[in-house]
Amino acid sequence: MLKLLKGIWLVFLHAFTRPVTVQYPEEKPYLPPRWRGRIILSRDPDGEERCVGCYLCSVACPVGCIALQATEDEHGRRYPAWFRINFSRCIFCGYCEEACPTYAIQLTTDFELSEHDRRNLVYEKEHLLISGTGKYPGYNFYRVSGLRIGGKDKGEAEHEAAPTDLRSLMP
Amino acid sequence: MAGIIVDDRPYQVDERENLLQACLSLGFNLPYFCWHPALGSVGACRQCAVKQFRNEHDREGHLVMACMTPAADGTRISIEDPEAKTFRASVIEWMMANHPHDCPVCDEGGECHLQDMTVMTGHAYRRYRFTKRTFRNQDLGPFITHEMNRCIQCYRCVRFYRNYAGGRDFDAFGSRNHVYFGRHEDGALENEFSGNLVEVCPTGVFDDKTLMPHYTRKWDLQTAPSVCTHCSLGCNTIAGERYGTLRRILNRYHSEVNGYFLCDRGRFGYDFVNSEARIRRPKFRPNRDSQAITMDKEMLLRELGPLLADKPSRIIGIGSPRASLEANFALRELVGSERFSLGLSARDAGLSSLILDILRRGPAPSASIHDVEQADAVLVLGEDLINQAPRLALAVRQSVCQQPMQIADKLGIPRWHDAAVREAAHARLGPLFIAAPHSNWFTDVATETYHGAPDDLAALGFAVAHELDQASPTPSILNPAIGSLAKRIAAVLRQAKRPIVISGTACKSETVIQSAANVAWALCKTRTTAKLCYCLPESNSLGLAMLGGKSLEDAFSVVKDGEANTILILENDLYRRADPLPVDAFLKTASKVILLDNLEHDTMSKADMVLPAGTFAESDGTLVNNEGRAQRFYQVFPAEGDVQESWRWIRDLAVASGHPRQSNMAAWHKLDDVVAALADAIPTFQRLTEVAPPEKFRMVGQKIPRQTHRFTGRTAIHAPLTMHEPKPVEDADSPLSFSMEGYLGQPPSPLITHYWTPGWNSVQALNKFQNEVGGPLRQEMPGVQLIESSDKRTVMYFTDVPAPFQARDDGWLILPWYQVFGSEELSARASAMAERIPKPVLMLHPDDAARLRVKSGERAEFALGDRLHRLPVKLGAAVPRGTAALTIVPGFTDTALPTWSPIIRAVES
Repeated sequence: MLKLLKGIWLVFLHAFTRPVTVQYPEEKPYLPPRWRGRIILSRDPDGEERCVGCYLCSVACPVGCIALQATEDEHGRRYPAWFRINFSRCIFCGYCEEACPTYAIQLTTDFELSEHDRRNLVYEKEHLLISGTGKYPGYNFYRVSGLRIGGKDKGEAEHEAAPTDLRSLMP
Repeated sequence: MAGIIVDDRPYQVDERENLLQACLSLGFNLPYFCWHPALGSVGACRQCAVKQFRNEHDREGHLVMACMTPAADGTRISIEDPEAKTFRASVIEWMMANHPHDCPVCDEGGECHLQDMTVMTGHAYRRYRFTKRTFRNQDLGPFITHEMNRCIQCYRCVRFYRNYAGGRDFDAFGSRNHVYFGRHEDGALENEFSGNLVEVCPTGVFDDKTLMPHYTRKWDLQTAPSVCTHCSLGCNTIAGERYGTLRRILNRYHSEVNGYFLCDRGRFGYDFVNSEARIRRPKFRPNRDSQAITMDKEMLLRELGPLLADKPSRIIGIGSPRASLEANFALRELVGSERFSLGLSARDAGLSSLILDILRRGPAPSASIHDVEQADAVLVLGEDLINQAPRLALAVRQSVCQQPMQIADKLGIPRWHDAAVREAAHARLGPLFIAAPHSNWFTDVATETYHGAPDDLAALGFAVAHELDQASPTPSILNPAIGSLAKRIAAVLRQAKRPIVISGTACKSETVIQSAANVAWALCKTRTTAKLCYCLPESNSLGLAMLGGKSLEDAFSVVKDGEANTILILENDLYRRADPLPVDAFLKTASKVILLDNLEHDTMSKADMVLPAGTFAESDGTLVNNEGRAQRFYQVFPAEGDVQESWRWIRDLAVASGHPRQSNMAAWHKLDDVVAALADAIPTFQRLTEVAPPEKFRMVGQKIPRQTHRFTGRTAIHAPLTMHEPKPVEDADSPLSFSMEGYLGQPPSPLITHYWTPGWNSVQALNKFQNEVGGPLRQEMPGVQLIESSDKRTVMYFTDVPAPFQARDDGWLILPWYQVFGSEELSARASAMAERIPKPVLMLHPDDAARLRVKSGERAEFALGDRLHRLPVKLGAAVPRGTAALTIVPGFTDTALPTWSPIIRAVES
């Protein structure tokens, strides 16, 4: 009898606790920034595409759902001519983000990727590229290293000496 | 053999090698940079350090450079010694102090020897906190990129470019950590072998510029073993494809043919495959005045079937020296051997069959490129090697190092000790005699050169042969200068152990070819093992000569006489083979002209029906190179749409026509069926089935994959077209698959699709595919030699000695002046070539130009056939008086050459 009353009392108390369930989709749950959701391509602080088309994300991808074609502009800056992720195959493992040497490819907190037609899950560059820097605000690969591009000459990257003067006779 | 002890285990190695070679041959992973199997050791990079011990009691030991230490008997070394390992890691760390962190934007990334070696030594974090040295780059032309920041100063590039390939416009500049490798100023690298820098450079200083517009990492390329189609030498290549376009060509090692190197025509001439001018859909012109309309394959075959079935004897087939043996044979089967034309003028066909005849009936066997490298005396008679067979010119350059090598041998200097051997040899060069109508930079290494008209070159050959063997005929009138030169050449050739005579079709002269045969045969009589090497114009010229058929002129007369009215042309532009007027008449008279080809050209615009044929990258087949070696090339990627192999088109035509004679052709389902039929039909090709493993060949029950095990994007590439991930296309013709699945080990040599072993991602992985570094590949199948030289010692010399060349008052003998970039039909259509193709000129001797009162750069008028041409004049002191040299570049063909024509100074309006 006592046990029964104890049970009723417990249930009664639970009526006043905060519910665990969230009223999704009206209410969005908190997701940590490192959540591995929909993949985006970010831009560097100067607003240029971060992706240099190195193919490391595609080779890291265990399901082979990333395909791209690298190209370069007239000043030698490399970028992907096209970039495709097939989200119907993606397993959101985050290896692509880990492999990316320029912080271009990032996984976001967006997980709402349901579609009626699988074809709509094939994202091209225009769907992937965002206008901000994503999780890594300051980084710009070409300032640290890389080739000479428009706006950055030889010797102007971090830790670089001015170009050697080959005609100098000084020791 | 010498017994050496590596890390307390005994091994047997070749005592002529150095320790680095020995260790690599034994399968050890020992890092290195400056050493290259073809270039030898200089000990510049200090990367291959190992610990050497005096004896088994020596615990201390001392560091030595493996590449500079001979593998002497009893040598005791340790690769795993902690001090040696630390030393090697430190060397890498020093190199990385200035190496930029730009691997993501470096074309070498993923196939970089420096990356591999860095991982191998374990260096991971940069401790050096100061600035990195930078350099400005140079524009090195349309083939090669330059990014000097990446340089690790191993000196391989200079050693290849200057010492090995003889280039002069590239060098090392500066001192200490400012050493710079480049040209004295911006400009295209002049040497014809500059493309090898891409593979020779251990990192990304020099990369393939033609790859950049469609850049792909090595792991993403679908690659297949191929054979170069841009000259007759048959160099082995690896061709790579991605997203349906051909992306690049790499060298494929063959110990007897191309070794480690290719020429730039072969490496950068591939882009015609992706050309806008490719024929990709069947085309049909209902009547001659209307525009061509595209059609699908079934409709076209329905249209063509009855046409061919109607009167099969009224079809003639025109073959091609740039199509595979199988395609030519299929055409010959369709039309019958009596109606099969070689697609060559009688003169050109005659030259090829003369060469075939000489190689078959004489005692001198044909020489491979490797034989030429090893020759200790070479006579080049009338062949323009650097322009017609560039890779052979590179081999001839190595032959002049053979005799000075004996000085090093006498001094006890091992042959791999590159710097010391060069020091010992100093400027001495072995004997090389070049007799050719024109000079170029390459003739500078020759002991003596002689420039003359073809008849005079032949006279020289006959005179040399007569000096060697009195039984051979001699010219009745001989210029004393030629006579004494012949004596000197004969004396040298008689002394040589491995003399080689090189000639070819560049002079388009039968007597030059015959005189070269006389020299080699005369040498064979006097007990030396002389070899003979002929260069032919195209990749399958010799194969076509073996197949045999009528000349183009015969085909013209058959149609003119009304005996045939349908022409089936296989991969051939007739306007490159004969004068335009007879070709026009030929194509106009015939009621139906059917063309099978891959690129648009003048003949195509006259054809009634055009069928899209696959290029070398979209088909399998066999080519016979200049020495008679049959080699298989494999399809790189599945052809798009209706494009298919020429032999498949011809089979489909045979089936559509439904004629009983073609019933056996209906049973040709795969390449092996055609090869078997060819081997059955013609005794010469009996051994053709042994050229490469048959289609049924499997390694551990699996096919050999064309794609690497890291191939990416397989679920994304086709996603916009279909979500249902199509099954990979099956390859019915070969043991290779269009997939990443299959056997990952080393297959027999004709099936190696790419060089990769764990830890070795760069082309240097090749070491792991050889039993002995620099030797043959494991399970090497070097192709089948289809020509057996006669073992008869008594020879029938050619006696048709020409009279000396006489300059005429009323005209000049116009000779073809071939160009490495531009003369060959297919490579001239590659986009990167455009910048390197020279402008057409007419080259004259300064005296002749003075006689005509034209100055260099002024234009002169001359006639070819019945057409007048006007070209700027160039002066060349080496041009024989009374002759003129015409550059063979797009717009000019060698069909009418050599020919006599008056030349006048053009009056500019």
